[in-house]
Amino acid sequence: MSKADACAAILWIGATMYAIFGGADFGGGLWDLIAGGDERGKRPRARIQRSLTPVWEANHVWLIFILVVLWTAFPEAFAAIMSTLYVPLTLAALGIVLRGAGFAFRKSVESLPAQRALGASFAVSSVMTPFFMGAVVGAVASGNVPAEGNGAAFSSWLEPLPLLTGAMFVASGAYLAAIFLIADSRRYNDRDMEEYFARRALWAAGAAGAFAMAGIVALHSDARYIFDRLLAEGLPLVGLSMACGLGVSIMLLRGRRRGLRALAILAVSAVIWGWGVAQFPYLLPTSLDIATASAPGPTLLSVLIVFGVAAVTILPALALLYSLSQRDMVGESGE
Amino acid sequence: MPGFDLLPLAASESNLLAARELMAFTLAFHIVLASIGVAFPAIVLTANYIGLKREDPDAMRLARRWSKVAAVTFATGAVTGTVLSFEFGLLWPQFMERFGDAFGIAFAIEGLFFFTEAIFLAIYIYGWKRLSGWAHFWSGVPMLVAGIGGAFSVVTANAWMNQPQGFTLDAAGKVVDTAPLQVLFNPAWHYEVPHMILAAYMVAGFLFASVYAVGMLKGRRDRHHRLGLLIPLTIACIATPAQIFFGDVAAREVADHQPAKFAAFECIQQTGPNQTEYLGGICTDEGVKGAIGIPGLDSLLVGFSTDTVVTGLEDIAPDERPPANTLLHLSFDAMVGIGFALLALAAWFAFAWWRWRELPRTPWFLRAVAASGAAAIVALWCGWIVTEVGRQPWIVQGLMRTEEAVTEAEGIWFAFAGVLLLYTGLGAAAILVIRGMSRRWREQGESGESETPYGPSAGGSAG
Repeated sequence: MSKADACAAILWIGATMYAIFGGADFGGGLWDLIAGGDERGKRPRARIQRSLTPVWEANHVWLIFILVVLWTAFPEAFAAIMSTLYVPLTLAALGIVLRGAGFAFRKSVESLPAQRALGASFAVSSVMTPFFMGAVVGAVASGNVPAEGNGAAFSSWLEPLPLLTGAMFVASGAYLAAIFLIADSRRYNDRDMEEYFARRALWAAGAAGAFAMAGIVALHSDARYIFDRLLAEGLPLVGLSMACGLGVSIMLLRGRRRGLRALAILAVSAVIWGWGVAQFPYLLPTSLDIATASAPGPTLLSVLIVFGVAAVTILPALALLYSLSQRDMVGESGE
Repeated sequence: MPGFDLLPLAASESNLLAARELMAFTLAFHIVLASIGVAFPAIVLTANYIGLKREDPDAMRLARRWSKVAAVTFATGAVTGTVLSFEFGLLWPQFMERFGDAFGIAFAIEGLFFFTEAIFLAIYIYGWKRLSGWAHFWSGVPMLVAGIGGAFSVVTANAWMNQPQGFTLDAAGKVVDTAPLQVLFNPAWHYEVPHMILAAYMVAGFLFASVYAVGMLKGRRDRHHRLGLLIPLTIACIATPAQIFFGDVAAREVADHQPAKFAAFECIQQTGPNQTEYLGGICTDEGVKGAIGIPGLDSLLVGFSTDTVVTGLEDIAPDERPPANTLLHLSFDAMVGIGFALLALAAWFAFAWWRWRELPRTPWFLRAVAASGAAAIVALWCGWIVTEVGRQPWIVQGLMRTEEAVTEAEGIWFAFAGVLLLYTGLGAAAILVIRGMSRRWREQGESGESETPYGPSAGGSAG
């Protein structure tokens, strides 16, 4: 494996972490959005807020990690993506501001109208942000980002595949959020909420599965390179994802809860790595490959060293944060 | 740039201006929050340490409240910082394409520090209830280190733009080899990095202190307010003399290595010895109008002798001269002026404390402290105007012009208008939220706070 391939793998690890943890935080926002009026939505909203509060900022840093690795290790690809897909990227950035500020401010104000307005800002942008990020990924997969950059500003992403990818991002975030919230509800012996989120996890699983199927059809017409490789080299991962997704659904229906989170994480991760395998060796299919786009060796080595340091310092620290959060050692207040 | 000449000049110039304004505005907004993020850990941990060591409930309450304020400012800073990361690519794609592999190295390291700060800040600000006192205190220490490390990485990236090195270019100007350590420890890091870290400590320290000075001027002169003023003010006042020293070093380094920037902000037209130092005034091609001039001082400051030759703008190619010289000159003067005013405030405070172990009694002292927070922010902005506008027309000094770096995307002015609106709302909301928290705390009173730190049995906060 060359240094450039290793950096591409790091990029995919970052994307996986962001899709799982950042994605679930966005999904929490979606469930907040459709939780209903003040009274009806009170309990799920409180549950979501409690789960997200200590971890969302740390989860958000994966996005910075992805951007930084991309622009340092593969500056050409970064410039090409940014100069072509500036419309969905700007909208995603707008969503990030509204989401973060809305969430952080909402729990620090007491008046109900202010809470409502900030909550709406948090919830709407939690749907908007992953949608446009998915559209960016889908546009890259479609081969609509030329290596030299400055591709079509609108038609590059206003196509079936990018839009379906956006929808899939939203659905898979909602799916993971519901699965995580089932476990969080269980920890507080909150049976109602456990059932509440179990039902929603099933809906989200159905939606994500439907978007994925439609996406594969769209791949066939818009991204033939990826389609072909996905059903060859990527097939084991596709199969793994489907098996895990099916397993989660069966467990949900039967009321089994142990191992739900691990299976759901595996289902989503397998899709991301399936996409990676299918796209290999291209960063921008089929105009820019990893080797051509990569920075000089010493820069790649720096990225690898930084990642090595992160693996021994940041990952344990993240594990500590999650474990403290799961044991309710950090949080706004006890239950 | 290929394809760039195809655009009508007016359109590309308009894009460049819009992109620069947008970058400047979002950076100015973020840098205040980033400063709080860098320096807040030292301030809150000092209060926390006093609270634990001396079992001081006032210090403990301050630490707890400050950490709640930080939850708001850090979240806002995290999202405005993300916007800047997007803007690197959205506004300056050609810059990132050509130099991302060199310039980016510092940011890769910054990612580590940002992670560390986000994780331990979460543990610290949400760990008051359940973690034991000292475990909680130590969970805050990594964020102090991460704040300084993060500031180093970001500012050294900027220092690299001023004095780039650590890469090899081929005939087409593409980076073909890099030397990461030379990028990180470029010749400008040793003065830019400490100058910004100290600025962060001054901004956060004076800003926190100014809030309590206002409270004391309104008659709230209890121990809570005195301590709330003393802790951040002491930290800011320790940083101030060091800041003046590093500022002096920085100006000399800029005179040596970025003569165009130096000549522009000092309004020096003709190269030569015995240069006059001008305070205030308007810069014109014929020299400064309406300024107070101190003959020979500029040369003396640059080379410790009035014989020191300082480069004037006449020796800089016309298309390489920085724009807006009056703005640069006044920004530089404002920064230095505010720096010395804050030094005087620090000296006043130090003298009173040394003599009487007490704050100066006159309300003018509190008024000065009340103004110091805003003043420090203005100085911070002025400093960034000097370094960034002063480097123009270059984005990478001597290697890439900003006009070559800018995006060809349309609608930057619309984005700017939108961001202006969005950030105005964001800033107003953040201030309203923090003011609301402060009002609720006041209503609770200084002694009776509903939340007890470190578990229900600790009972240490009921002073």
